[in-house]
Formats: sequence, structure tokens, C-alpha cells
Amino acid sequence: MKTTLAKLIAFFLFFSTLSGCGYNSIQQNEEAVNRSWGDLESQLQRRADLVPNLVATVKGAANFEKETLTAVIDARSKATGIQLTPAMLSDPAAMTKFREAQGNLSSTLSRLMVTVERYPELKATQNFRDLQNQLEGTENRISVARQRYNGTAETFNFSIRQFPNSLTNSLILKLKPKEYYKADAAAKVVPGVKF
Amino acid sequence: MTLSNVFAALPVPALTGRVNDYAGMISAPVKAELEAKIKQFETAESTQIVILTVPSLKGDVIEDFSIRVVEAWKIGQKGKDNGVLLIVSKDDHKVRIEVGFGLEGKLTDLVSGHITRNEIVPAFKAGQFDAGFTKGVTAIIAAVHGEYKGTPKAGRKGDSPSMPLLGIIFLVIFFIFQIFRRFFGGGIGGRSFGGGTGFGGGGGGNDDSFSGGGGSFGGGGSSDDW
Repeated sequence: MKTTLAKLIAFFLFFSTLSGCGYNSIQQNEEAVNRSWGDLESQLQRRADLVPNLVATVKGAANFEKETLTAVIDARSKATGIQLTPAMLSDPAAMTKFREAQGNLSSTLSRLMVTVERYPELKATQNFRDLQNQLEGTENRISVARQRYNGTAETFNFSIRQFPNSLTNSLILKLKPKEYYKADAAAKVVPGVKF
Repeated sequence: MTLSNVFAALPVPALTGRVNDYAGMISAPVKAELEAKIKQFETAESTQIVILTVPSLKGDVIEDFSIRVVEAWKIGQKGKDNGVLLIVSKDDHKVRIEVGFGLEGKLTDLVSGHITRNEIVPAFKAGQFDAGFTKGVTAIIAAVHGEYKGTPKAGRKGDSPSMPLLGIIFLVIFFIFQIFRRFFGGGIGGRSFGGGTGFGGGGGGNDDSFSGGGGSFGGGGSSDDW
């Protein structure tokens, strides 16, 4: 009888230490999500910071592409105007708005770059090539940061669903799953340049 | 980008040394020269430079492939993140410099762009691969020179498990011990938790086997075609 009781106690304690462990690991996972979100945000900001320079360079050589340039400037101010704090990462509506604004900036930027193809003298300038370099580098960084963010979000979302951590979450922490930062479908559509 | 992940994920090749010339683009004497140069630089400054050539990307995008390579190889020292990968795909005519977090201050996208565009691509276009690689490595070293002081990567610490995990392991063992009371004095001690996860173990006799120091990358750098 005593051994059965001991076993029972051991099992419950084992069980509760697992849950206790869940409490910490969920928090840890959430911190990882916040950190990777911070990385992603800073890369997106970095891209936004490149825009004024880019616009100025193109404007000099391709003045009557006003529409395209204006589109980029507008997209940039919209994108920098929408902030997404870590607290809002579970809010699908907020995430969608943020993503769309960034996606809009992506597509106006790529439209601008396509337009520049028509101005080989501009394309060949050191200044423009440097900017293109920086833009490509930043886009790549955004892509990497996005994948990493989604990775941490996945880890977190799994950790709050997995048993017995799910109990810890529903009873104590009450955290909602994080939204993924999906690549915006619109950004992938290659804009048709009208000649 | 999701499409390329679905079917064109070229597997990351094995890290065999500082110069991994899978596409056979570099002649043997130059390869030895480059290895010596890179090794010397690493000993002096702990910064790790690695060259990788592949025959073809098989449809993969070079940036995607390159970041997977550096995430697997972990070039650069942990904490310093001072690794650089110079990667070339022969059939695709693509070259990329992938820069670790810690070197992005000096080896910016711009600087790496200049290196690929002005040093490497012209030589490659002329079919002079040896010259291209040599110039590229020289330029990379010049760019990051002085950024870090070496403690070379001897004595890399393995990750030890976190404290709470250790505590819980002990608790669990304790309770199991309680359950199986009759196994008194059974050897519970003698468990070892620590111990580094070593990549490239030291082989006997050979000179040092090269392995990544645990550095991480953020996607910075620059790509070019020739």
C-alpha cells in the first residue's frame, strides 16, 4: 500500500514538475518570439530608411516617373505609420494591417526598380547600384528575419498547445497563439510595366 | 519563395575545411595558398572565412541556400558572429558573400557589393577563377581586418543544459529512486550532463580539423552574377 501511495505521489509530483517546467518554457518561448519580432521590425525599418535616398536618386534621372515615385513615398509613410508591438502579435487583424502596409511598400519598391530598367544610364551609376545593393541586402535580411520569427512563433504556438503545458496556459498564463508573418501574396505578383 | 522551399532545397554539403571547392574551380596551389591565408587570419583575429563552390544550385536561390549553409556550418565565433562565406555556383554563374552579424559594421552590403562587382566578377568573366578568388579573399580580409582580436577557437565550450532542467532531472531521478526503493545503492551517480557538442572532432595525426565556431548570420551581404 505504501509503495502504491509513494508511486502516486511521485507521479503527481512528476506531473506537476512537468507543468512547472511548462510555465517557464512557455515564457521563454514567448520571449524568443518578441526578440525575433524585434529583429524583423528593425530590418523592415531599415528598408524604410533606404527609401528617401532611393527616391532622390531616381528622381534626378527619371523625373517623369512621378507616379511610381509618389507611390513609393506614400507606401513608406503608411508602412512606418503602422506599429505592431509585441503585445499585438496575437491579434490577427493588427497583423494583417501591418503585413499589408509592408507588402504594399514591397510592391511599390519592386515596381520602382522595374521602372529603372528603362533608364540604363541611371542603372549604371555607382550611386544607384549601391542603393540597389543595400535594398537587396535589406530584403534578404527581412526574409531571413521573417523566417526566424515564424520559427519562434511556431515553437511558441506548439508549446502552448502541447499537453500538459496547455493546462498551464489555460489556467495560469492565458496566452494566445502568435500570428505568423506570411509573405504577402500581393508582393509576389510581378507588376506589369506599361510602356 | 515558398515554391522554392517545396522542391528545390539543395542539401547543404559537408564542411571539409576552409576551402570547399566542390565545383573544382580553384587550382590546387591556389587552394593551398588561400587556406593558409585564411587560417593565418583566423589565428590572428578569430574571424572565420570559408569558401564554398558548388557545381549548380539545382534551382535553389543562392541567398536561400547560402543562409542554410551558414546556419548549418555556423562559421564565425559564437557571440562574436564574425564569419564570412564566399559562395560560388559554377553553372548558375552566381557569386555571393554572406556576412555574419558581427561583421556587418565593416563588411556592409555596399562593401561586399563592391568586392563582388569590382574584384571577383571581372576576373570570373575573364575565366580567371583563381585570380577572382584570391582577389575576393584579399578584399574581404582587408575589409574586416582589425574588427576582432583573436582568441582562436581552441577550447570552445559546449552548451551546458540550463539550471532548471538540471534541477528537474534530479527531481525525477529522486522520485524514480523512491518508487523503486528496492534498488538501493544502485548507481545513480555517474551521469554526465555537460560535454560540448563537438562538430568536427579532432582526428589524430592530421593538422587541425576545421569547424565552425558557432557564429550566426542575419542575411547580410551581397550577390552578383558573372
